[in-house]
Amino acid sequence: MTDAVPIPKFEKTLSAHQIDLMRSAPQTLQLNITKMCNQACVHCHVDSSPRRKEQMSDDVLAQCLSVLKKTPSITHVDITGGAPELHPKFRYLVEEARALGKTVLVRHNLTVTMDPHPKTKESLSYLPEYFRDHQVEVVSSLPYYQEFFTDKQRGSGVFQKSIESLRQLNAVGYGKPGSGLILNLVYNPAGAFLPAPQADLERDYKKELKAKFDIEFNSLFAITNMPIHRFRFQLKKAGGYDPYMNKLLNAFNPSAAKSVMCRSIISVSYDGFLYDCDFNQMLGMHIENDAHRLSIADFDVNTLLNLKIKTAEHCYGCTAGSGSSCGGNTAN
Amino acid sequence: MSDNYYKTEDLAKFAEVGRFASEHMKSFFSYYNNVTGTDGALSKREKALIALAVSHALKCPYCIDAYTTTCLETGSNPEQMTEAIHVAAALQAGITLVHGVQMQNSLKEKGVL
Repeated sequence: MTDAVPIPKFEKTLSAHQIDLMRSAPQTLQLNITKMCNQACVHCHVDSSPRRKEQMSDDVLAQCLSVLKKTPSITHVDITGGAPELHPKFRYLVEEARALGKTVLVRHNLTVTMDPHPKTKESLSYLPEYFRDHQVEVVSSLPYYQEFFTDKQRGSGVFQKSIESLRQLNAVGYGKPGSGLILNLVYNPAGAFLPAPQADLERDYKKELKAKFDIEFNSLFAITNMPIHRFRFQLKKAGGYDPYMNKLLNAFNPSAAKSVMCRSIISVSYDGFLYDCDFNQMLGMHIENDAHRLSIADFDVNTLLNLKIKTAEHCYGCTAGSGSSCGGNTAN
Repeated sequence: MSDNYYKTEDLAKFAEVGRFASEHMKSFFSYYNNVTGTDGALSKREKALIALAVSHALKCPYCIDAYTTTCLETGSNPEQMTEAIHVAAALQAGITLVHGVQMQNSLKEKGVL
């Protein structure tokens, strides 16, 4: 174990590099509509599992749709969870957002197609066709192209189920050249290390998944593990928290810091509160206006543009190396 | 006197060896970083796998820790890393065994063979 070096405040590091973390007009509204998931992954920053019951109410959902309607700068709706497909109004949300002309991304864990709904026991095997019919962009976590890393992180048997689910997505056209159906995969390291270069990993994934399983996809997003919740607990338990934080700090990349996702995204929790990103949401770091916690009912672009983005130690995860966001690397 | 060697935190003190003969250390680090830390005719990934194998062959705990991380962060997986150290192990076994030729020569000189 290395000696702990004090981690400077994130804001201080930004100032030292003359970086002003200003918000732009939001382009993406990220909706975390449920904490329920059919899986319970060891790195999950949401602490999701089949036992979680929190989900977005009809009222909050209606307010989100109203914001989408009145906010032209928001071109993308990023639906996440938990496994968002388990929310009873998931399909309603997708269809309404598509009807408003928005690009809809679903953070789809692949296995939810194969597992019964944890509560209702209904099958969700219709999802590949449903996604296709509504031109949803699918973003799926596959921690590695081999079983070992994937099952270590996401649970025994997840890799095989994920491969089957990817085959089904390919079968309806996802990831196939010329289909217009986007299937992007997400890599995150299996432990306390930084992701390899995204382009190298994408090349490996494409080669291996095609050769071994005849699977195709569009792009790979490499995401850094955030030192919060379950992953933080594991690091602390193994004495690896301080070395990991030092690794993130030493890898601070000003170019990545200039393009962090919090500048153009607003994250909404199941209960309607607003946050700068999904990680801040999980840490309870609300967007506030004079100590008033903003909710979706308060959504106003001009107000938001004047409010500071909240940062903390975990933000070093988004600025390390090639940078990390829900869409992968951020550095030029 | 330290009660044990090879503490992980000691690796971070490597540069302190440059306290004396600093120009030599400066030259070494420049050479080392140019050789290992850049993509050349070999990629950084390939170089890291070679370094991991050499670290095992020369039994350097600092290097094994460092290059385990570097291998992962340049995109290698445990299967590839394990194959790399088997190459080192196979070479070491081969190097031992090929010296058997010397033994055979000696046996011949003594009229045993």
